[in-house]
Amino acid sequence: MSATLVDLEETPDTQAAPVRAPRRRLSRKTVLLLSAGAIWLAGYFLLRGTGTLTLPTAELTDLHRSLNHFNAWVASNRADNPVFLYVFSPLRSAVDAVANVFTTTFAASPTGLRLPEIGWLGTVGLLSWIAFAVGNARVAVLTAAVFVFFGLQGLFVEAAYTFSLVVTAVLLSLLVGLPLGVLAGISARIEKIITPVLDFMQILPTFVYLAPLALVFLIGPASAVIATVIYAAPPIIRLTAHGIRGIPENTREASDSLGTTGLQRLFTLQIPMAKRTIVMGINQGTMAALSMVTIAALIAAPGLGQVVVRALQSLDVGTAVNAGLSIVLMAIMLDRVTTAASERAKPATQRRRSKVSRRLRVIVLGATFVLVLVLVQLSRTVLWAAQFPTDLNFGPAITSGVASASDWMQTHLFLLTETFREAVTVAFLNPFQSLATETPFFIIFAVLALAAYAFGGWKLTALVLGCLTAIVYLGLWGDAMVTLASTLVATVIVMVLGVLFGVAMGRSSRLDKLLRPVLDAGQTLPAFVYLVPFLGLFGATRFTAIIAGVIYAAPAAIKIMADGISGVSPTVVEAAVSSGSTPWQVITKVQLPMARKSLGLAANQGLIYVLAMVVVGALVGAGGLGYDVVAGFVQSSLFGKGMAAGLTIVFLGILLDRITQAAAFARPSKSTHKAQPVPNNSVPNTKEA
Amino acid sequence: MNSSAISVRNLWKVFGSGGAKIPLDPELSALPSSNLLERTGCVAAVRNMSFDVARGEVFVIMGLSGSGKSTLIRCLTRLIEPTSGSVSIGGQDILQARPAELRDLRRQKMSMVFQHFGLLPHRTVLDNVAYGLQIRGTAKNERYARSREVIDLVGLNGYEGHYPEQLSGGMQQRVGLARALAGDPDAILFDEPFSALDPLIRRDMQAEVIRLHKDMGKTMVFVTHDLSEALKLGDRILIMRHGEAVQCGTGDELVGSPANDYIADFVSEVPRSDVLTLKWIAEPLAAGTPGDAPVLSSSTIIRDAIHTVMHSSSPVLVEEAGAITGQIDRDSILSVLRGVRAAA
Repeated sequence: MSATLVDLEETPDTQAAPVRAPRRRLSRKTVLLLSAGAIWLAGYFLLRGTGTLTLPTAELTDLHRSLNHFNAWVASNRADNPVFLYVFSPLRSAVDAVANVFTTTFAASPTGLRLPEIGWLGTVGLLSWIAFAVGNARVAVLTAAVFVFFGLQGLFVEAAYTFSLVVTAVLLSLLVGLPLGVLAGISARIEKIITPVLDFMQILPTFVYLAPLALVFLIGPASAVIATVIYAAPPIIRLTAHGIRGIPENTREASDSLGTTGLQRLFTLQIPMAKRTIVMGINQGTMAALSMVTIAALIAAPGLGQVVVRALQSLDVGTAVNAGLSIVLMAIMLDRVTTAASERAKPATQRRRSKVSRRLRVIVLGATFVLVLVLVQLSRTVLWAAQFPTDLNFGPAITSGVASASDWMQTHLFLLTETFREAVTVAFLNPFQSLATETPFFIIFAVLALAAYAFGGWKLTALVLGCLTAIVYLGLWGDAMVTLASTLVATVIVMVLGVLFGVAMGRSSRLDKLLRPVLDAGQTLPAFVYLVPFLGLFGATRFTAIIAGVIYAAPAAIKIMADGISGVSPTVVEAAVSSGSTPWQVITKVQLPMARKSLGLAANQGLIYVLAMVVVGALVGAGGLGYDVVAGFVQSSLFGKGMAAGLTIVFLGILLDRITQAAAFARPSKSTHKAQPVPNNSVPNTKEA
Repeated sequence: MNSSAISVRNLWKVFGSGGAKIPLDPELSALPSSNLLERTGCVAAVRNMSFDVARGEVFVIMGLSGSGKSTLIRCLTRLIEPTSGSVSIGGQDILQARPAELRDLRRQKMSMVFQHFGLLPHRTVLDNVAYGLQIRGTAKNERYARSREVIDLVGLNGYEGHYPEQLSGGMQQRVGLARALAGDPDAILFDEPFSALDPLIRRDMQAEVIRLHKDMGKTMVFVTHDLSEALKLGDRILIMRHGEAVQCGTGDELVGSPANDYIADFVSEVPRSDVLTLKWIAEPLAAGTPGDAPVLSSSTIIRDAIHTVMHSSSPVLVEEAGAITGQIDRDSILSVLRGVRAAA
């Protein structure tokens, strides 16, 4: 079998010059990539330290200064510029008003004792009831437990703020996302316009939205909500469109053949059948919203995020863990409740058994609602039901416990963690970083251009060169290279994990069943809480950010690989096994080559996730672009630089995304005409007896 | 031709960009499919098709996969937009119909049964059947009453509250059939409705269609790739290949006088004695045949004549429209049963 495979691999290659080395001929792509590597190394050793374009931390370029001026201009003209007067400010007030409704209901009113409209007891009751109504009794109990636990952590008000902002943002995202999703689902033309925009929004790290939004809408809850809507609406739009588009052709045809009008089709067919997918979109949107609302703490969004950010900045691991735990719990709760809601949205047949208790359910809902009203009323009149009792606050205990545990680990496991950290840093990170930062910029231009040409031809090369030029123009080349180095190192680790676990999961459905829930849970957590435990272990270094990035990105990469491997047709695997391949041969000669597209996709997603995390990692001491962005939030004299850093991240993201996408979707060779069901011919140099 | 229910003239469907020009171009339209694809990148799924379906007739369109039969039946109700030609239903050219008129036509005049049923998974059987009525705005009570009647008719009594997923394939297709019948259309189009069912169920469903046709006398256009199904159901059969009509006729015409080798090959497996009538094997009257020999009608199926011929000592006379037109003897019957191709 493997012998035939090799033979088949050789055949399509015949377009290059024949004869010479008949056995191992390198494809043009390989040659290009190898020479790119050679140029990089040569450039590094010969020209090291020249043309590195580094900009010292405190210095600014003219561009940064003019951005500062722009910032100042906006600040002084906000009151009378018509664009602000008639567009941005009303929008801001409207969003603020909606957010206020929820924050004053659940978190705190701006006046008097700062008690919310509904105290903690009422909140717990009402939200559990809602969880029961949209989901089931189990998630209702979970909701109650989680909110009570917030209280015990001493973070009830912060959690209520975060929750209120998430609810506001999700509602507004639905308002924007559902109609757009429906339109994109119905009209191919609208989808064509929307998809690239959504793709673009998805590759932007959460972080970079914040500065421009703060510039336009000022810092505070309104900007936070707007940023969150921008981040949370895409999955809602995408899944709504997908659900509507995914209706089987024959069902649609059948309804057309009965003479439905467009609207009738929408309401009797498309929306009911897409309901489940739409609710899944709401689930994803909600998780995205939580992630963004916590990060928006950087532009003064109230809530748990602020507690974490402040703790990270003062390296207070205990407090960070306490608040991080609340964020994780909130994520789990929101995920469970929205998932239960999507279960409920399944077609009636798949949850038949509840049919008997339907009446009972209505009765229970009615009865419990009365109870909820009582609780709400109680929480509006009695102080202990309005404000979570302070003598039940175990927050300080948790904080100090974690802090001492972290201290203990840092002193006693110092040898272990420090050795690990230093080993990776010295052996891997430092050389790579110096390779990226100390090579002249024009060499890196050449290297990336060659790589782009190898994967995607002239068009991609032009795009890559455009991005690189923009980065140089923005004046932060050096910082960009620092970020790039960390990102690439982390991505390599992610890919190693992705292939190892992905292959194992793809080959064993039991392992898949075991790990998948863990990975799913890992993907729902907000970026930022990943920093917390590693800060406790490794202290504030870029290494912490890289490890957090790896852990953040690995689930996505592993899942894509596992799906790719298990998606290889079982007949092909059977054929390979029946011709006597060893498991190793099956993996390396059949499964991995056939899952090559997944490999590229995993690298693509891994890079995007890692980049987002490495940038956020600035909060725990990673340098590079993330640091510039954070500094821009804090110091107005660095505003321009932060803005430029945000843009640089965008260009870096586009560049990495496009190259890896091209690598993932590159066809083996140009001879696509004869449909050849051979895996591919780009498994170079596989020696085989 | 107002007496025909459906009348198709010079119908073309060409897939691919620039396909609209091909039917008009005498040179291109004459090209065989493979050359056409090479020259223009277009695929002609239906080529210059013309036929009439009489009121109350069961008209079968048959062909192998890729012959264009499913495209053709979709052109009849414009689920696929034809490239050129005309389709008139009850005298109205539907290719000229505006969207609202077309919708009306689909609601009132013709309904369709699909290979993969096309049921709505989120609706019960009753609501699926009532769907077409709901679409045209029938009041709730009325449409449920009517749907219950139709559900009764197709033998799904007691399943009104079930969801499609809970039913077997055969029962799902009964729902599809009921949905098509609910609106009381003039014509029903069937697109390979039983291909996805297993053989026994398929036989039941074919019997069901025959029964319904007998009871209600609706015009039916039936697409299938199964020749025995075509012969069983069809008053007339149109055989398609590469988008073109190869032959159109009754079952015994196709078996008895195939237009070309393709058809001959196609029908070669058919047990001829079950399809052909005496007309096809009658020989000229011989001088020695006694006048008092048994007489059979020329439209008798051969199989039904076996008994008489075998028990008669002399050849049997064949009569058509009151006159004796020929005779048959044991040899001619036996040669048919043996499968020797009779020279028609």
